[in-house]
Amino acid sequence: MFPTIDRSLSPPALIFRLVLILVLLGGAAGLFLYQAGWFTPQKLTPAGMINTFEQLNGVHSGFRRNHAKGVCFRGYFESNGQGARYSKAALFPAGRVPVIGRFSLGGGQPYAADSPGAVRALAVLFQLPNGEEWRMAMIDLPVFPVQNVGQFRELLLASAPDPETGKVDPEKMKSFVAAHPASAKALPLIQARAVSSGFADATYFGLSAFYFVDGQGRRTPVRWAMIPEQPFRPNETSDPEKTDKNYLFDALIAAVRQGPQRWRLQVTLGEPGDPTGDATIPWPDSRQKVDVGVLVVEAIESEEVSPARDINFDPTLIPSGVALSDDPLLSARAAAYSQSFTRREGEPKEPSAVSTAETGR
Amino acid sequence: MDSAPRPRFAILSRILHWLMAVMILAMLFIGVSMVASLADYSRLVAIHRPLGMAVLVLAIIRLINRRLTKLPPFPPTMSGTERRIASWSERLLYALMIALPLVGWGMLSAGHYPIVMFGSFHLPPILPPHPMLYAFLRHAHTVLAWLLFAVILAHVGAVLFHTLIVRDRLLDRMALWPARKTKR
Repeated sequence: MFPTIDRSLSPPALIFRLVLILVLLGGAAGLFLYQAGWFTPQKLTPAGMINTFEQLNGVHSGFRRNHAKGVCFRGYFESNGQGARYSKAALFPAGRVPVIGRFSLGGGQPYAADSPGAVRALAVLFQLPNGEEWRMAMIDLPVFPVQNVGQFRELLLASAPDPETGKVDPEKMKSFVAAHPASAKALPLIQARAVSSGFADATYFGLSAFYFVDGQGRRTPVRWAMIPEQPFRPNETSDPEKTDKNYLFDALIAAVRQGPQRWRLQVTLGEPGDPTGDATIPWPDSRQKVDVGVLVVEAIESEEVSPARDINFDPTLIPSGVALSDDPLLSARAAAYSQSFTRREGEPKEPSAVSTAETGR
Repeated sequence: MDSAPRPRFAILSRILHWLMAVMILAMLFIGVSMVASLADYSRLVAIHRPLGMAVLVLAIIRLINRRLTKLPPFPPTMSGTERRIASWSERLLYALMIALPLVGWGMLSAGHYPIVMFGSFHLPPILPPHPMLYAFLRHAHTVLAWLLFAVILAHVGAVLFHTLIVRDRLLDRMALWPARKTKR
């Protein structure tokens, strides 16, 4: 089946040409494998990051690898038109768009007991009238404790309880903070925050900076937060023995059953020189803040029945009129969330800890 | 052999071949890089989606063009077996060029992702949201991409073997440059 070799080629010329072909093909294959990460196993990849979550929390079939425990919601966003001055995004002309979303606690344990110190999170998917989507994933910390995903992995490992003693080693945290001055500045800001009594009265921050882009192409650096209209009540550190393991979620379900819960979407306008690439640094308090509309949570739904369970709340899924900043957390979150999403979507689903039926609907 | 002009592929076929060769190799390298990269994922995936759709459109144009134009005959240096392998590998390449973007589109649809091309322009989903279907298509996308890369390597290897070792001017049939009329 092989074609005949050209007889006029001398043996050295023939060997040279054969080697040349092998080098070309081998080089292309080698470059491909290199790009796939085969020769750089020490480099942190999206899969490696999700493996870290699985090592620390175990694999819980069908659940998110982080923010595993949660409950979904439906509602709408009522835009007041103010955002349209800074962004051409289809969310901002005055009017109402449907949203779905999810409240969750930080951490990879889907059945962990609610605790006052747990990071609360709000994820929202805005269904824009022109068919676009905008997804946000926010937490109740004013700044993020680390600058990039490599540091996040170090922080997870440093703050994880020892598998044998079940206790966090304070020395590990000390050396982490000593090695990362940005975290040393951010962690006190996080610890000083006013922790709310529950999900409904918490403020949720987008953390990373983005750009708003208007119809003329003018770019404004922005950060945003969801500010509760529900009155803030401080967290009462109660006896863990007396609190139900789902007390935060149950209170949220009860509150929404009483009536819709509302948050103002507040956009902070950055000024030249404000850092856009570092989520550990807050912008000065003097920056102009613009309320662009209200998020209204009308109904809580269990994960089993909500489409939001099978949504990847990737904060880089933004509409035209919003652009990503140079914050390295954004791309890293998109990559890692995608990896987590692919793993959990292919797994059989286990029942979620939080159910709306549990509190007696 | 004589220096008479040899039969070649039609000019549109040759343009499509080289244009898509560059695009598909770029797609394969972008794809394999982005899934392994935390830092460049967002930038690369924003190129990967519209470029993949461009490959799909061009692949369909190319398939139609392939059926409408007359092909140059195989060179006499190719045996019957080799001709059959070449024909089947060509079919496989066409199938993968069309299947990979379709699987990508379907996987984003089943994963309930917005299928953003550029600006506010986006494509409709071609499948309903479905977790297991998404996971299957996501894995199929990777397997098919590695298969496509392997078939392309085999294709390039075969053409290089003919061009450099058999020296039957096989590459001239697809060349965009003018065929040289030098003696062999």
